[in-house]
Amino acid sequence: MGDILNLAARYKNEGADELVFYDITASPDKRVVDRTWVNAVASILNIPFCVAGGIRSIDDAEEILNRGADKISINTPALINPDLINILADRFGSQCVVIGIDSLLINNEYYVYKYTGNTKLSSSSNRKTKDWAKEVQKRGAGEIVLNCMNKDGVQEGYDISQLQKIRKLCKVPLIASGGAGKLSHFDEVFNQANVDGALAASIFHSGKISINDLKKYLISQKINVRPVKGEK
Amino acid sequence: MKKNPIIIAYAGANLSSLQFALKRVGYDVSITSSHNKIRNASHIFLPGVGAAASAMGKIKDNFLIDTLVNAKQPTLGICLGMQLLFTSSDEGSAECLDIINGNAQIFEANKNMPVPHMGWNKIKCISESRITKNINDKEFAYFVHSYSLPECQYTIATTDYGKTFSSIVEKDNFFGTQFHPERSSDFGEMILKNFLDID
Repeated sequence: MGDILNLAARYKNEGADELVFYDITASPDKRVVDRTWVNAVASILNIPFCVAGGIRSIDDAEEILNRGADKISINTPALINPDLINILADRFGSQCVVIGIDSLLINNEYYVYKYTGNTKLSSSSNRKTKDWAKEVQKRGAGEIVLNCMNKDGVQEGYDISQLQKIRKLCKVPLIASGGAGKLSHFDEVFNQANVDGALAASIFHSGKISINDLKKYLISQKINVRPVKGEK
Repeated sequence: MKKNPIIIAYAGANLSSLQFALKRVGYDVSITSSHNKIRNASHIFLPGVGAAASAMGKIKDNFLIDTLVNAKQPTLGICLGMQLLFTSSDEGSAECLDIINGNAQIFEANKNMPVPHMGWNKIKCISESRITKNINDKEFAYFVHSYSLPECQYTIATTDYGKTFSSIVEKDNFFGTQFHPERSSDFGEMILKNFLDID
């Protein structure tokens, strides 16, 4: 837990606008997770944060929100039981229901993948990404995080063309995920795909890009982001 | 005098992030719906929970309307809590507390402006207030809402999202922030501190 808290404090101080905590092994294992860390994170963070992974029921969601998270992100459980989206949106409000979509290009068509946290179980849900993106909005999703698997981990830039397609049919905030490798990738994704946020993990964890430098760069490129403290 | 702020509980909602934020600025704050505790509090936080109509229903069920309307202490409505200070809201055609004259209206969604308005946006201070002491103009705050109040004579700060709306209001001892100070980084903590400094 010390690692999570150190990272949370570090990113808060660096000027991150929002943090997402992924428990990517939670869905395949069907395990009960100890979520006391959520309280600890909530007590030190003064920016919004989202918890993703293993949320399969109203009780899971309620526990995480009561512990102080602002949002919950659902991925595989929404594919298995789409009504969960409606139930969560009705109970807690769309604003805290984020749907994570892992999308992979197969034969010129994007499909949604499930159980992507585990290479043995990761498989196509047989749903087309564009259909699923529409459906989750109808069911009450308040935000979509589109993880473009073809680009994930290769640090060669976000999947602009796919994000543009989904942007056209996405009326809720759309967050780009997968592919960030250098400063200009962020500029591209905001300008060309008109996304509401850009998510990245490894380049920040490794220190390859600092959030401070990224924000200074984006402001110099006339992109409207919250400046880091002390910078105007 | 020792300060004993309280957060009003009226719907079994998630209020821990506000409680944690107040702890960070130095206050142990209890969450309560007890009329006595509310009356004896030095400062009152009215958080927003769910939709306007159901929130007003819960406030009525707890017989809190008179207590709130007649509060003499500094009282801060946050997000939906701020909207409840106004006359009414189009969200479920709710009649609200009517402390400030005005009606909350929904944002029109379009391609460039998804609704809810969710994320960081700029605050523009248009008149001075104790709650914005030591605040620079054009700070960013964190918003999550689909309804908003137009600018009025009690507006302290505005924000633009397709239209200009009230992001901070003040009338007598009543204050409201449309954003979430508990999630608005150092700026939000300064707003909370300023509010708690008001006697």
